[in-house]
Amino acid sequence: MNRIHHIAMRALRWESILGAAILVVLIVNTLTSPYFLNAQTLADATFNFTEKGLVALPMALLMIAGDIDISVAAIMALCSIAMGYGALAGWPPSALVMASLAVGIGCGACNGWLVTVCRVPALVATIGTMSLFRGIAYGVLGDQALKNYPRGFEFFGQGYVAGLFSLELVLLIVAALLSATLLHQTVIGRRIYAIGANNVAARMSGIAVNGYRFWLFAATGAASGLASVLLTSRLSSTRPTLAAGWELEIITIVILGGVSVNGGRGTIPGVMLAAILLGLLTFGLGMHNIPGIVMSMIIGILLITIVAIPNLTSRLAAFRDSTIDRS
Amino acid sequence: MPPQPPEPMRLPNRIPGRESALAAVIVVMVAALGLRWPQFATLSSLRDVLDDTAILILLALGQMLVIVTRCIDLSVAANVALSGMIVAQLEQSHPSLPILVLMIFGMLAGSVFGAVNGLLVWLVRVPSIVATLGTMAMFRGIVYLISAGRWINSDQLSPQFQQEIRDTWLGLSMLSWLAIAGVALIALLLRYTNAGRRLYLAGGNPAAAAYVGVQVGRSQFNAFVLCGMLAGLCGYLWVARFAVAYTDIASGFELQVIAACVIGGVSIRGGSGTVAGVLLGCVFLGIVRNALPLVGISPFWQMAVNGLVIVGAAMLNEQASAEQPRRILEPDAK
Repeated sequence: MNRIHHIAMRALRWESILGAAILVVLIVNTLTSPYFLNAQTLADATFNFTEKGLVALPMALLMIAGDIDISVAAIMALCSIAMGYGALAGWPPSALVMASLAVGIGCGACNGWLVTVCRVPALVATIGTMSLFRGIAYGVLGDQALKNYPRGFEFFGQGYVAGLFSLELVLLIVAALLSATLLHQTVIGRRIYAIGANNVAARMSGIAVNGYRFWLFAATGAASGLASVLLTSRLSSTRPTLAAGWELEIITIVILGGVSVNGGRGTIPGVMLAAILLGLLTFGLGMHNIPGIVMSMIIGILLITIVAIPNLTSRLAAFRDSTIDRS
Repeated sequence: MPPQPPEPMRLPNRIPGRESALAAVIVVMVAALGLRWPQFATLSSLRDVLDDTAILILLALGQMLVIVTRCIDLSVAANVALSGMIVAQLEQSHPSLPILVLMIFGMLAGSVFGAVNGLLVWLVRVPSIVATLGTMAMFRGIVYLISAGRWINSDQLSPQFQQEIRDTWLGLSMLSWLAIAGVALIALLLRYTNAGRRLYLAGGNPAAAAYVGVQVGRSQFNAFVLCGMLAGLCGYLWVARFAVAYTDIASGFELQVIAACVIGGVSIRGGSGTVAGVLLGCVFLGIVRNALPLVGISPFWQMAVNGLVIVGAAMLNEQASAEQPRRILEPDAK
């Protein structure tokens, strides 16, 4: 009981730190740019994290269960290619969305099959499929671009549902509520934690570990397909380089949100706060014309620091304890 | 000699058939290509393949050391770009420096960057995938910052800087000789030195390693530094060979490096992998790369072929290791 209380306090503390960091970024953005604090800019800023957040949610579940998927951005590129060729063939927007989701689920299932049936470690399997999926995108499209999207398709990435709430933002909110309920309120969620904490113990207590892992990979693929619809619609074009490097940002969001790379720990509110924090931070940097490569450098430093700080403090504490013991 | 552990460790040379099978596949591939396109199986063409694969071989050797200790280094290609840029800038500002000095400087720079990874993994206990994913972005960012996003082109580099590695000796380029020397040194290190054996022990069974007094973190650090040193050397080689240094050189090359290791039978779960396997894995990829245009497949498909080969090889690796007895309570490696 004490331990659960301790973990709850700790999670609460982590999420409050993220909330405070978001406030700081908001204040700094407001002070450094006169254009930041108005409703329209803030609504624009949400596009900076909606698509990544959508993929980060199932990725968080996957990582809590102890796996990882490096191929998400490559899946997005492949889904976009499918939509581009569908559009060339004159498909309506709804068929394009279906095609993207189908390709995404297919790719995710392929990852899940490699990890559960072929027993390939998730890291190697998804590094391989990342190269495979992105490579197919390059092979099919080369240095070309597909741009002939039908009328109405632009709504997915550019449309607003109500006032300043874009379709992307509404989808993200719905997905976050669903994931949070699934992870924190249902048996399925408890089992996901159990699998990540100790997959042998989970298997021996009767959880279909591989079934869960497979479906989490498929769900991550599906979310990548949905994110690809939104991004492709927002850009109105498909290139093989679509979403290049997004795997770094998506994994950073999940880890920044407090999910342990070793599995078994993390919360959906944390991941959502991390997505908002990172989105606002890169939006602010973008307002000051910081080039993308420097932004990913800052994200990289952030990623390492976030993981390092708790490790360093616990090591320092252990060191202090050991010196006290000796004296 | 420390006493033998009660349960024999999974040592790298447990699967002797693996390297010979891969070698056979390579011979069959070259023979088949040679029958259809006789110019491919000539000595000079194969020499070009070796020259073309030399950098991959050196990087894959370093990566193998890291993977053997149960880690992974995603930042090798970024390290190549950063060390390469530093060497190119040094060459630009001090054109009179001998090539050997530049090469050593590149290796030193690369070792420092490798040590950053190693320290994060050893002392800060950051999982290697997180640490190197972060440093990958950092190193590229630093290249951009120190070069202000500009390119250093061949006309800004001395002809000697670009020529040295192309000089031939006994029919092979200096680049090829460097790769051969790297293979020999790493093979000796792994087989005959304590530090080398410790890498296998640290990766094969970290708990047992700790019991016999081997510091697992320290071995991982050593592996990262060596991997970084080889990446630094390759930084110079890459800039000299392709006669250009900019932010995106070797972009995505870490995937090919890891692919070569996986094809060569290095287990991502640590503790196993051989120099011969990695060398054959590199040669395999090199032949595929050089054969694709011959067969008439667009180079745009190279990446997909690599991915397919990684996935296929990883599946074969798992089948091979599934046949060995496994401890029931051993959790799956991630």
